[in-house]
Amino acid sequence: MITPVLGAAVAQNVAFYLLAAAMAVSAIGVVRSQNVVHAALFLVVVLAGAAGLYILVAAEFVAWVQVLIYIGAIVILFLFGIMLTRAPMRGTGSLDNTQKWAAAAVSLFLFGVVTALLVDAYGGKEIKLKDSLVVLGNSNTVGTSIFRDYLVPFEVVSMLLLAALVGAVVIARRD
Amino acid sequence: MGLNQFLILSAFLFCTGIYGVLARKNAVLVLMSIELMLNAVNINLVAFSAFRGTVSGQVFALFVITIAAAEVGVGLAIVLLIYRNERTSDLDEVDQLKG
Repeated sequence: MITPVLGAAVAQNVAFYLLAAAMAVSAIGVVRSQNVVHAALFLVVVLAGAAGLYILVAAEFVAWVQVLIYIGAIVILFLFGIMLTRAPMRGTGSLDNTQKWAAAAVSLFLFGVVTALLVDAYGGKEIKLKDSLVVLGNSNTVGTSIFRDYLVPFEVVSMLLLAALVGAVVIARRD
Repeated sequence: MGLNQFLILSAFLFCTGIYGVLARKNAVLVLMSIELMLNAVNINLVAFSAFRGTVSGQVFALFVITIAAAEVGVGLAIVLLIYRNERTSDLDEVDQLKG
């Protein structure tokens, strides 16, 4: 007979590893798929998995922003980019350049170094799931923090979005 | 849940993104790999926010998401401009600055 607390911890771990496996496989798919549209769809799985992870640590507002902005807006922008540049769908040459083995060596080396560092620095540290995390992740707390502690960065980001909008229109305009 | 579960998954996504940036030829796919890397950073920020019990990490994650949206908008505009002038989105063929 397992206690409810232990049962919840097991369920969280199972959910985490399911999401992590799906995200890892899809991330490989994003960088290895030979079809550009498939790569964009794999990216959707990775981003949705990240939203699931945020839900798992009770960061619900960030999770829904992730779904709305990343999956709803950015992936659609990517699909527009694919269509407008007539990216090769299949068969017309490889999508990889000649240095892919060097790239694989670099990324594997970096992964090994970072993993060793993380195990050394944060091994055994636990995220304690408690009720206060739910309060921490809701839109009330996040909004209060943005408009009280991070008001100046928030205004700077809004100006940056305006500049990016104008810049994108100026760059892509046909004149 | 261990903190390292999140951090190592995020490191894996980041390194996958680095592989994509280095090994892909198509400009749109390079931008997708950059999104993978930004997303890995977001997972780290939210995991540390839950670990420390403060909201700052989540606010930073929201800022990163906003910057990512701006970056994709400008990046795709540049890719479109290159495609219009060169009739290609293959980064190996955009080498006018090579001298």
